[in-house]
Amino acid sequence: MTLPTLRAEGLTYRRGEHALFAGLNLELPAGCLMWLRGHNGRGKTSLLRLLAGLALPDSGRVTWGGVKLADAPDFATQRTYIAHANALKDDLTAYEALQFLAALHGRDATPAALHNALSRLGMKQRQRAPVRTLSQGQRRRVALARLALERAPGLWVLDEPFDALDVDGIGVINALLEQHLARGGSVILTSHQALSITGATPQVHDLPGAT
Amino acid sequence: MTSNGFSVIVQRDLRLAARRRIDALLPVVFFIVAASLFPLGVGPEPQVLRQIGPGIVWVCALLATMLSLTSLYSGDHADGSLEQMLLSSHSGVVIASAKAFAHWVLTGLPLIVASPLLGLLFDMSGDAISTLCFTLLLGTPILSLLGSVGAALTLGLRSAGVLLLLLVLPLCIPALIFGSGAVVAVDAGMSARGHLSLLGALLLLTVLGAPLAGAAALRISTA
Repeated sequence: MTLPTLRAEGLTYRRGEHALFAGLNLELPAGCLMWLRGHNGRGKTSLLRLLAGLALPDSGRVTWGGVKLADAPDFATQRTYIAHANALKDDLTAYEALQFLAALHGRDATPAALHNALSRLGMKQRQRAPVRTLSQGQRRRVALARLALERAPGLWVLDEPFDALDVDGIGVINALLEQHLARGGSVILTSHQALSITGATPQVHDLPGAT
Repeated sequence: MTSNGFSVIVQRDLRLAARRRIDALLPVVFFIVAASLFPLGVGPEPQVLRQIGPGIVWVCALLATMLSLTSLYSGDHADGSLEQMLLSSHSGVVIASAKAFAHWVLTGLPLIVASPLLGLLFDMSGDAISTLCFTLLLGTPILSLLGSVGAALTLGLRSAGVLLLLLVLPLCIPALIFGSGAVVAVDAGMSARGHLSLLGALLLLTVLGAPLAGAAALRISTA
């Protein structure tokens, strides 16, 4: 079954009197990678939150397969949102933190799946370490290990996924993105770094200046 | 969806509390220490202590519950965990219920366990101590549930702690009145059935309403 298309129509989002963007349209069909670009404060994170269903626009609408996000029955299970904040608790180990997120989102939370995911992200040796003892890059790897648990094509909404990652880490994420796109998943991400993915051509969407 | 969101969240909160034992023990330690100060300040007259005991224990339980409320959602909000919970396929009601339940297990339950000790300190009879425990069993979930609504409403606000107290304390007054009233009634040789029925009705109302209000408040606070 083909993944539904994510569509934003006439989106306007204000912060106080200040419109971060107005009348914004975008379309993300299955198998596509969209790179959302824009200067700081242009509303990239706000747009991702709207597309993930975490916030509501001042006008316009976001649909999943033609249905509003709130009414789309499978959207919650098909969407994976990884924000700038890693959603990891300092007092849990890397393994426990990933286990919680996997179980919360109904993904495979078996020890084998979690070990594999952490190994894929190069965190096998540190999986029993408390999150508080991990570096920024290692924390980001644990948060992104959720992507390695994904088996079905879905929508990935990723806010600066390459932040704090080294070259190896970026390579692993690129490989996961390629694998996901190949199975018919779709991805929208923000990144201040130029994308180095070779197996897919990203659609670039530049956010205009704020008004 | 094979996972049970309620148990996943509760288990995680209990595990986190086990890793931060001092933080987890703070409410019950406060409860015991604060209530223990009153006999020292008021004097050792048993009749006076019996009279004021139920009210003091209940007020201390209320304040001890408030202690840990500000951190109910704030940590999850700051590190992005709350967003992930709200994005999961579990409803906001399940999330709010799980957080309130975990709060009650970590705060209310230890208060109930410690309350017989305070009953003895205030020279309460066996019946009065049993009633005190029972009223706390009915009443502390009300405090956790109402507190969770307040914590969700004040999430991310400046001076959230003060606002939370101002919002939640007045709502908890009926539980305080019926809870301590039941113990006073038993101590006076009267039936506590009326107080307990009202406390039970309050619990029922709060169980039905607070998770809905908490879920709505979470959506507003995180939007």
